[in-house]
Amino acid sequence: MWRDHLVEIIITATLFLTVSVMGFVAARWRRPDDLMHLDEWGLGGRSFGGWITWFLVGGDLYTAYTFVAVPALLFGAGATGFFAVPYTIIIYPLVFLVLCRLWSVSHRHGFVTPADFVRARSGSSTMALLVAATGIVATMPYIALQLVGIEAVLKAMHLPGGWPLIVAFAVLAAYTYQSGLRAPALIAFVKDILIYLVILVAIIYIPTKLGGWSAIFGAADAKFDQTPSATDGILLNPANQWQYITLAFGSALALFLYPHSITGVLASRSRDVIKRNMSALPAYSLLLGLIALLGYMAIAAGVKPLPGSTAGSVDNNTVVPVLFDTVFPDWFAGIAFAAIAIGALVPAAIMSIAAANLFTRNIYREYMRPHATPAQEARVSKITSLVVKVGAVLVILLIDPQFSIDLQLIGGVIILQTLPAVALGLYTRWFHKWGLVAGWVVGMGLGTWMLYSIPNAATKRAHFGGSAFPLSKWFDPTSLGMDARTTVYVGFIAVLANLVVAALVTLICRSTKVADGVDMTAPDDYFADEGDPRITGPSVDELDEGRVPAR
Amino acid sequence: MATREASAPMPPEPPTRTTGSDAAVRSDRSPWNWLLFIPIVLPLIVALFNAREPELFGFPRFYWLQLAFILVGVGTTTLVYQMTKRR
Repeated sequence: MWRDHLVEIIITATLFLTVSVMGFVAARWRRPDDLMHLDEWGLGGRSFGGWITWFLVGGDLYTAYTFVAVPALLFGAGATGFFAVPYTIIIYPLVFLVLCRLWSVSHRHGFVTPADFVRARSGSSTMALLVAATGIVATMPYIALQLVGIEAVLKAMHLPGGWPLIVAFAVLAAYTYQSGLRAPALIAFVKDILIYLVILVAIIYIPTKLGGWSAIFGAADAKFDQTPSATDGILLNPANQWQYITLAFGSALALFLYPHSITGVLASRSRDVIKRNMSALPAYSLLLGLIALLGYMAIAAGVKPLPGSTAGSVDNNTVVPVLFDTVFPDWFAGIAFAAIAIGALVPAAIMSIAAANLFTRNIYREYMRPHATPAQEARVSKITSLVVKVGAVLVILLIDPQFSIDLQLIGGVIILQTLPAVALGLYTRWFHKWGLVAGWVVGMGLGTWMLYSIPNAATKRAHFGGSAFPLSKWFDPTSLGMDARTTVYVGFIAVLANLVVAALVTLICRSTKVADGVDMTAPDDYFADEGDPRITGPSVDELDEGRVPAR
Repeated sequence: MATREASAPMPPEPPTRTTGSDAAVRSDRSPWNWLLFIPIVLPLIVALFNAREPELFGFPRFYWLQLAFILVGVGTTTLVYQMTKRR
């Protein structure tokens, strides 16, 4: 009964209302002369310093999904779910230099989205469209995933998942529309303070109640020993360790290709802010590692996940909220629930802004209204952000939330296919534009087919059962000295195929002298910093219309 | 990940326009950047951490060592940042 959870509901609702008010007030925070410009609405004025960027990007990358789905994975499968830790270690050194370059070239040319960059760098409107479409499609399930976080909390308080979810997202949609990126930037402070508070209390308080860390790991070990599955356990086994590595590495490559990560980075003031953040953001990784272990604490505390949406199924995503509900006093459980719910709002807002910017800059402006004014762009973006959120709500109401983590993994597979055009494009102009296009087509095709062909034994679904592809479908892994049941991350294989095809087609296009696109960027653009002027050269539109001779 | 500068056999001519005053002087290349490979490679070597012993504060090695790699990551990126900072 929800009445038994009245204290939790009141505290959660109060904190939720507080941040909603902050979301609306954020329009006046660091007030610009004119909010009707994508640089303002969509990038917060490109002016955020170290602290704001740290909270914003941290709030952006470590989402409600983190709180709910990663511990759920450890609860269900054990060590393999801990991939989130190496994943978030690898990512910062990996992007330390890459994203600085993206920031610089975007600062110089006024790019708002990764597709803007690809348009100018490869000179291919086709490739830019593909990058934009990939970004939008990959972001949609990610926004939906945030709703799963809120839904898990609602379930733990025995509230229905339908209308409160719609109300929460309607409020979120309204203040994102009003304040743009300033809203999540301001709310991120509250979100992160609540989350750090809850996790610090949880990792000190819960183990004392459960008999210490040895007892927690012991309980998890005992649980996995009893299951018939051979691939779970508190350590990796020969069958899943390649999956662990390729998933950690592939996910790290994917994370900063997501439009919302790039939005967070482009909103910062200078290269220096980004570099400092790459050293400071791992504080969140430590938090994430500890959050992951909540899954084992749930095992030790004997938590039973609440029923899923279909009869007889269970929703593992509810284990953390149920754990909090079991071990914490009501008032603190309320704070913890609010932390998760608010943790969903910040990334959902940034993601919808990023997707909206992609639509506005790379579809609306490119194909529908080439000479749109900044105010028109901002208006279209604001409306698109609303549409995107409606789409996310529909996704979550129509698809079983149990698959939230796999949905996100599918998004990861497809966003990875923009790696050659976006990330490698920041280093080299070697790839021919048709090579990039061909690589993307092959990577997407292969990745989607592989995901389609993976069954899920636990839920008896024949397709889209996860992102772990058994190599035995192609060849005998034992011939390479690997375990016969070895699986690897789909995205990793797909992006390798993408790169090989991109390189081969590039060589073919060069030897047959197929015309390549014109690179609008100069080498020095990639090192530009705060204070360097924006380029006022010929625009892409002018080049297209032949008003400026390209060569 | 490509670590070289653009080396296209036939780089297309960029359109003429003004560039920064100190063009071709700036770069973000530095030998210190190679250190960044440590925190990228270390967490991918499963043999290092896929074991129970030794335990630390009740954490099996699998868990505490991977959490410790976070500190390696912070240390390396901070060092590289300090050493390559523009003055």
